[in-house]
Amino acid sequence: MVTEKDVEHIADLADIGIGTEELGTFTQQFNAILSYFDLLDQVREGAIPGQELVNVMREDTVRPSLPQDDILRNAAATEDGFIKAPRVM
Amino acid sequence: MAGTLRFEPDDRFHAFLATCRDAPFGNGPLSGVPVAIKDNISTMGIETTCASRILKGYIPPYDAHAVNLLKAAGAAVCGKTNMDEFGMGTTTENSAFGPTLNPRDPERVPGGSSGGSAAAIAAGLVPMALGTDTGGSIRCPAAFCGIVGLKPTYGRVSRYGLIAYANSLEQIGPMACTVSDVSKLYSVIAGPDPRDSTSCDRPYRHTPSPDIRGLKIGIPEEYFGKGVDPLVAVVVRKAIGTLEELGATAVSCTLPSMQYALAAYYVTCTSEASSNLARFDGVRYGPPADPKKSWHEAFRDVRKRSFGKEVRRRIMLGTFALSSGYYGKYYAKAQIARANVRADFLRVLADVDVIAGPTMPTVAFRLGEKSDPLAMYLSDILTVPANLAGIPAISLPCGTSGGMPVGLQIMGQHFADERVIDVAYAYEQAVKA
Repeated sequence: MVTEKDVEHIADLADIGIGTEELGTFTQQFNAILSYFDLLDQVREGAIPGQELVNVMREDTVRPSLPQDDILRNAAATEDGFIKAPRVM
Repeated sequence: MAGTLRFEPDDRFHAFLATCRDAPFGNGPLSGVPVAIKDNISTMGIETTCASRILKGYIPPYDAHAVNLLKAAGAAVCGKTNMDEFGMGTTTENSAFGPTLNPRDPERVPGGSSGGSAAAIAAGLVPMALGTDTGGSIRCPAAFCGIVGLKPTYGRVSRYGLIAYANSLEQIGPMACTVSDVSKLYSVIAGPDPRDSTSCDRPYRHTPSPDIRGLKIGIPEEYFGKGVDPLVAVVVRKAIGTLEELGATAVSCTLPSMQYALAAYYVTCTSEASSNLARFDGVRYGPPADPKKSWHEAFRDVRKRSFGKEVRRRIMLGTFALSSGYYGKYYAKAQIARANVRADFLRVLADVDVIAGPTMPTVAFRLGEKSDPLAMYLSDILTVPANLAGIPAISLPCGTSGGMPVGLQIMGQHFADERVIDVAYAYEQAVKA
């Protein structure tokens, strides 16, 4: 069982934002879905697939990319060829 | 002959989010054919929103590889079709811009998430469209609207330019009224692309053949079990009978890992979504994040305001499934279950040529009928296994129940898309005759 507090914490981790008015419904739906996921408890333990795989690396190669103007065109705020983002500090 | 196609459809079912009034086209095998594109596939110069407010106004500066190939084949890219936001849904009701209606009964949903593409074809507005299929999003609307849709073998169509939701599951695929047209469209979009590291060098050059004599068809009991409407099951069994009359043999089989498939699917897709959709923060595209606010506060505001409820629910579920302390219980277990599903299919397909069953457990729901998220997820039970296994699967119309279309689903071995298409073609030709 997850609580409203847990759901608030998850929303926080995901930067998703959650309103107090929707917290109850989200928590209830979350619990219904998670109890369905509990089916997976019956899956026998085993090697987690994919762990035997190794990364296949290659040397970087320089290839043509999109023009800077095209990349900036969809951004809300730009300055001197850069995209403006909210402040970090 | 190259030229311009005038495209002014009577879009009474709200299949389109954007249309191109004058669509240019070139020479090639699809010269002048209007092709609609699902709105999560990037189209240079044409707004691409994934039916989400968070991409409202986004105009891709490049084409998806599949769109490049369509243009090179002469097709007229004539519009962008409605969908569940980011592909998350089974009805197209999760579009931020309003639902699409089912042309076969406008009080019902067209299925999803490629509901706009299916409705545009079923309404006769376009002969062909591209959809995408992460857990059934091509096959479900094909079944609900009475058209044909193929989820290719994973890796056969480049995902470059497809706005990612769950990379390890999703494929772009062809949708059309007939198996021949699906085959024709598939031959244009399949093939290798160095810009998608999961793309395989397996082009599709095949003309469907209706000869299925001697073919062995596996009928999994799980596809006719609990939760499947008995009336739908009767229609599908009759269709399998038709395949037998054409010289195929039907044998029963079991896929025991199916019982975990849906949970494994939803843990996997929500986990991948939580990572993929982190890029939508109102900085590089979409509605602006307030630069005066702090980083987290600004992101939260934009994402809460601009993502729909189902998208937020899945991002949170995935974040939870991957979080410290729960990873082993959910994500790791889901990957083991996924490997078991794949192993079950490989075991069965070593003995039979294809597997057949219903595409969806029911016919199309009424608009607003399913409001509970878990009940909605459960309706994907027959389509998600093919995505977990990475195998090809086609849905084609095989009759009606209560006046609504029923889809027959044919699945095959990895890279046996040709065989799956042949079986579908054989059925289609037999019932047409």
